[in-house]
Amino acid sequence: MPDLPDYHWPPMGKRRVMGKPMNRLDGIAKSTGAAKYSSDRKPEGMLYGALLTSPHAHAKVTSIDTSAAEKLSGVEAVRVVAKAGTEIQWAGAEVAFVAARTEEIAEDALRLIKVDYEVLPHLVNEEDLSKVGSRGRAVGEQVTGDPDKAFKEADAVSEGHYGIPVLTHCCLESHGQTIAVKGDHVEYYPSTQNVYGIATDIGRALNIPVSNVHVNMDYMGGGFGSKFPADVWGVEAAKMSQSSGKPVRLFLDRATELTMAGNRPSVFANVKVAAKRDGTITSWQSQTWSTGGIGGGNLNAGLFPYVFTKVPNRRINHTSVSINAGGARAWRAPNHPQVCFVTCSALEDLAAKLNMDPLEMFLKNLDYTSRADLYKFQFAKAAELMEWKKNWHPRGDSGSGSVKRGLGLALGTWGGAGHASTCKTTIHPDASVEVELATQDLGTGSRTMVAMIAAETFGLPVSAIKVKIGDNSYPNSGGSGGSTTSGGISSSTRKSTVNALQKLFEVVAQSLNVPADQLEAVDGRIRVKGNPDKGMSFQQAAQKLGVNSISEMGENNPRNAPKEGLNTGGTGGVQMADVSVDIDTGIVKMNRMVAVQDCGLVVNPKTAESQVFGACIMSVCGALYEERIMDQQIGRVLNPDMEFYKLAGIGDVGEIIVHMDIREENDSRGVIGLGEPCAIGGLAAIANAVANAIGVRVPRVPLTPARVLAALERRTA
Amino acid sequence: MQPFEYANPSTLQEALALLGSRWGEADVLAGGTDQISLMKEFLHTPKRVVNIKGIKELGGIHHSSQGLRIGATVTFDELASNQAAHSEYPSLVQAVMGISSPQMRNMGTVGGDLCQRPRCWYFRRGFGLLAMQNGKSLVPSGDNRYHAIFGGGPAYFVSPSSLGPALVSLGAKVKLVSASGSRTVAVEKFFVAPQNESSRETALLPNEILTEIEIPLARGIKNATYEVRQKEALDWPLAAASVALSMKGNVVSKSWVVLGHVAPTPWPATAASQALDGNPLNDETIAKAAEAAVAGAQPLSENGYKVQLTRVAVKRALLEASAKA
Ligand SMILES: Cc1cc2nc3c(=O)[nH]c(=O)nc-3n(C[C@H](O)[C@H](O)[C@H](O)COP(=O)(O)OP(=O)(O)OC[C@H]3O[C@@H](n4cnc5c(N)ncnc54)[C@H](O)[C@@H]3O)c2cc1C
Repeated sequence: MPDLPDYHWPPMGKRRVMGKPMNRLDGIAKSTGAAKYSSDRKPEGMLYGALLTSPHAHAKVTSIDTSAAEKLSGVEAVRVVAKAGTEIQWAGAEVAFVAARTEEIAEDALRLIKVDYEVLPHLVNEEDLSKVGSRGRAVGEQVTGDPDKAFKEADAVSEGHYGIPVLTHCCLESHGQTIAVKGDHVEYYPSTQNVYGIATDIGRALNIPVSNVHVNMDYMGGGFGSKFPADVWGVEAAKMSQSSGKPVRLFLDRATELTMAGNRPSVFANVKVAAKRDGTITSWQSQTWSTGGIGGGNLNAGLFPYVFTKVPNRRINHTSVSINAGGARAWRAPNHPQVCFVTCSALEDLAAKLNMDPLEMFLKNLDYTSRADLYKFQFAKAAELMEWKKNWHPRGDSGSGSVKRGLGLALGTWGGAGHASTCKTTIHPDASVEVELATQDLGTGSRTMVAMIAAETFGLPVSAIKVKIGDNSYPNSGGSGGSTTSGGISSSTRKSTVNALQKLFEVVAQSLNVPADQLEAVDGRIRVKGNPDKGMSFQQAAQKLGVNSISEMGENNPRNAPKEGLNTGGTGGVQMADVSVDIDTGIVKMNRMVAVQDCGLVVNPKTAESQVFGACIMSVCGALYEERIMDQQIGRVLNPDMEFYKLAGIGDVGEIIVHMDIREENDSRGVIGLGEPCAIGGLAAIANAVANAIGVRVPRVPLTPARVLAALERRTA
Repeated sequence: MQPFEYANPSTLQEALALLGSRWGEADVLAGGTDQISLMKEFLHTPKRVVNIKGIKELGGIHHSSQGLRIGATVTFDELASNQAAHSEYPSLVQAVMGISSPQMRNMGTVGGDLCQRPRCWYFRRGFGLLAMQNGKSLVPSGDNRYHAIFGGGPAYFVSPSSLGPALVSLGAKVKLVSASGSRTVAVEKFFVAPQNESSRETALLPNEILTEIEIPLARGIKNATYEVRQKEALDWPLAAASVALSMKGNVVSKSWVVLGHVAPTPWPATAASQALDGNPLNDETIAKAAEAAVAGAQPLSENGYKVQLTRVAVKRALLEASAKA
């Protein structure tokens, strides 16, 4: 049996394509509108789907009459999902669906559906734990060491309350799909993070073989963790297509998108944390509560104190609160941003109490983390970029004038090892190269990454590689969640391209009369190692295939990945923020953010940096603007729109400096996913910078003028 | 939205003949930036929509010895790039530039700005201008972070118009025309706080079109608008103040201070004007005026911060105006 080919990544200094910043391949198509999203599809004869949702947060459907809607000319399907007797658990829950010849008719039809409800009591706010009654469920206490004794013996104890509200994903392209069911065959164009797996939901719902469900999605406009299943709207659109015999397009409108297409759970916390005079943390205690909607708010409270999880004495309690609101979904680094915010705020408050620079305190305690050396390096780099030593001052900017400046910091960690992925590479006799895998590009640059890796293997320019993704007729490559995509697709692409090249070497070896393992692919040529003149162009090599193509698979199996070394998990990053706060208005402006981020081997520094830029912008939004606002009287979301669900604009984000932590020692660990780890610490860093600027903690984000002014008032009171 | 008949008249007389005598019969369409949303949400369900953008006489800006006449369909962008507006009424231009979306400034009209409906999230969810549920306003015990701190109800929404306060402070009037005649109304009187659900927040009648805004000559009156808004990107002001100062040397002889986004109408802060009139324009007077401006504030459970923001808006508008030559 021949030896396995050498799949290892080429050494850092020898890469020609990987590691060089490259524009994303679909950038122009996207920015000119040439790129067609699933929501742009308009197959012949398409119907427009729409859904009716419940106006009540908690109610029983007593009767539902769709006859008038069915009679409306142009309506081709009406389906009830909340039949009489159904208990509705949140305002915005699906009640009925229609499909009609025009969007307008579909909307009109919805208004003709008559639903009677028996309205039941609801709870939609969880911030005040004393008001949630039986809706709160304590999930048990975790105690390590002897926290009480440690608090007694500590030199400093800091107590604080912190809160971070429910956010929604607010995907620019809302959830939905265009779908055509013909007989037992389905053409399905969803907006999804799960091109391969999502077919199962539709196959099951229609009771047809999943192999008959063809999924295609070339581009998608944001998921952030909220777009894995086909969802009720996918299944109902499929059924309406089936019954009408026509394609149906149904994408959620903005209000519905923000109300029920997923959210990130809140976390409210009472924290007590202690340290020795020199800043060594000795004890941590947290009582947290949160909600993610009707299912409660399960928090991985074992992550406390975030990253410093080896603090010897800890008492951790959590209460999950169920409210009448749409359910939570994974949101870029589930649990982490909230736990990071609570922890880093509490630690910064403790440092202030000790009159200590928080940077020093964080450094002091790095042995409580799993990556002391990495963080030490990253903090040093970030401090240099932020000019921390020069710009940091003890809590409270003592300068005159109403604008106060402050610095803050935080850190994050994530796994990000590659998921299972298979890839197929084909070399055609005309030298064209196709790389196929059923992954998806969420805007992260996956498509470009695949092309770069193939180009690297073949010694070809990126333009010579045809990447085929976003279709479930290609080999299964897993859903994009948990930052597992980069590791998975890079490894399977590497292996599949190396396997294909190996086959080509075998053909070329015969005609050059050298052993195949003596060949290399460089600069568009297949040549003999150590004898660059002996060889032929890639084109000539491919011609030798005659009429047959080479098609080879490559697989990333997470179980074997650690020993293969192409990808791995476990990463860290640090964030620093520089803000100005007008203490007369309470308005916070971003001056600068610095993010230093590791993700192992960086295939494309440009798209990697873009990920981190995006994460920093999300952090600004979460820290300053974003929150879902519920009204207990009407049980509804008050701001399911882009007007009062506030997001930062370009003028609000300040300067962002991203430093990818590209070093030999990180690189040697292989590719690690980046989507989530960079989206964790920014929010906490901003909140800490505001505390540093104004001299007092604003306990609850987003840091609106109201909250900043209230905190300032408490300080003077 | 509800099906409607669309009319595209080219003269004012034609347009007026197409309007109804009751709300709900016909709606005027200008830039559509609010009207379309209102119709999509079924908050307005007119049987007929009358587009007025094709009516020439409603456009144009004219500067004369009488002052400035601004046609109703003049867009924000046109107004902001008008030379006379820039040099004499910076207050107005500052208010316009506060609408920080180029798209909105390209489409939105000055008439539409005055006639747009409140953004109160209870109103926009169908609970009416007074946000009533079971005979009780939802605002005082609901989320009122963006609501009024002046007026004391029963209307708690804030007047959305950013031009309103500036125009009131400049003594502007609007011309309202119906098929049976026309009337001129001071902008201050144009805005009204509705006392019941069947009345509206402006003096406009269903059969009328706001045809133009008339601003008297500035005659050296210093004026400025300062808006407190959280974001740089499109965002509503949390509080605003427009000031106009008639000066004798460094002494304020007569002043107009009008608050925005804090009451159901642009809110003339007469106490602030009193604190200014007859006094030198210095830090002390400005501080007194700012304090006087909020003396009668009645904040709700979650909007107390707007009192402070109003103080700041008044102070900064005065500083801005005083800095002008
Ligand atoms: C996110 C957001 C932020 C905004 N921020 C601000 C802000 O900071 N400040 C601000 O002032 N505005 C703001 N706006 C509102 C915007 O300025 C208004 O939508 C715009 O002024 C309306 O003008 P229009 O020409 O589009 O009016 P339309 O939408 O066409 O009409 C609005 C209403 O006025 C009536 N109408 C219009 N013209 C006349 C007329 N000549 N005679 C009689 N009735 C008429 C219409 O029937 C309709 O009821 C914001 C809007 C959004 C969405």
